Amino acid sequence: MKTYVVEVVIENKPAARDPEGEAIWRDLIVREGFEAVKSVRSGKYLRLLVEAGSEEESQNLTVKMCNDLRIYNPVVHVCTVSVKGVRN
Amino acid sequence: MRVAVIRFPGSNCDLDTVHVLRDVLGVKTDLVWHRHFNGSDYDGVVLPGGFSYGDYLRAGAIAAHSPAMREVSDMASGGKPVLGICNGFQILIEAGLLPGALLTNDCLTFVCKWITVRVETDRTAFTSLCKEGSILHMPIAHFQGRYVNDQDQIKEMLSDDQIVFKYVDDEGKPTPESNPNGSVSNIAGVCNLEGNVVGLMPHPERSSESVLSPMGCSDGAAVFRSLMECLRVRGDIHAGYKRS
Repeated sequence: MKTYVVEVVIENKPAARDPEGEAIWRDLIVREGFEAVKSVRSGKYLRLLVEAGSEEESQNLTVKMCNDLRIYNPVVHVCTVSVKGVRN
Repeated sequence: MRVAVIRFPGSNCDLDTVHVLRDVLGVKTDLVWHRHFNGSDYDGVVLPGGFSYGDYLRAGAIAAHSPAMREVSDMASGGKPVLGICNGFQILIEAGLLPGALLTNDCLTFVCKWITVRVETDRTAFTSLCKEGSILHMPIAHFQGRYVNDQDQIKEMLSDDQIVFKYVDDEGKPTPESNPNGSVSNIAGVCNLEGNVVGLMPHPERSSESVLSPMGCSDGAAVFRSLMECLRVRGDIHAGYKRS
């Protein structure tokens, strides 16, 4: 068994407006002159340490957990799970 | 002497603060929308409590980039008194005018209750009429009020006399039980090196009239009376310069 670093990012679906991201973009980033930044979407970020026999197993376990525990709301959210490697 | 209370999008203690300054203490006070604020028109400024920009990213993080904050920063460096209450404190921290950070309460809940603070220094523009070690009763109402700074910085702040208020018990001792949000060293308020910029999480504007306090006190008024004293002294100094 190894311990994998797994990242979960939860953000609104493109159709669901994100006032927090919009405010950060309009009133902070663009206001201070970073016009090259064209969009900001905010979200929630979870960093997990997962014990598993392989990278694929850690990914599958995390996806199952996110679905079973409704870590995101499938009506409005997109949930992205990515394994970042083995913990040193 | 004229004081401004700045209204940010989401401020909700602005009218209470104006009421205390204008109606209770008789200070000439303007309520100013943050986009229209001109610091050179004022001798002092208060950033009130509430919210700002939905508290997105972090409480105070976006308001810290409001055009008003350049003016506030100029006022601060010019020695004018600047007070941040609750969200105003968060804005001053995010604007880099005060040291440290304010994080989510360690209890993970919004806390709204009367607390007790001890005045740690009387050298600031907002505590000059308080005796060091005196006890003030004020309410808090916040979710992100846990003052944090690393230990070396706290030591430096102590030696520079930058800790202004601490949460304490009825006997004036900073115990873990009297700390409502897990702040490092029970810190409830801090100031800049010069002592003209002060931020605190408790609400002095909600405790400046005895009718509003369950213990019948008006302790918060001491903060604003100290401001008046600071403005009076600064006014005298400037008048003296003009004469000579």
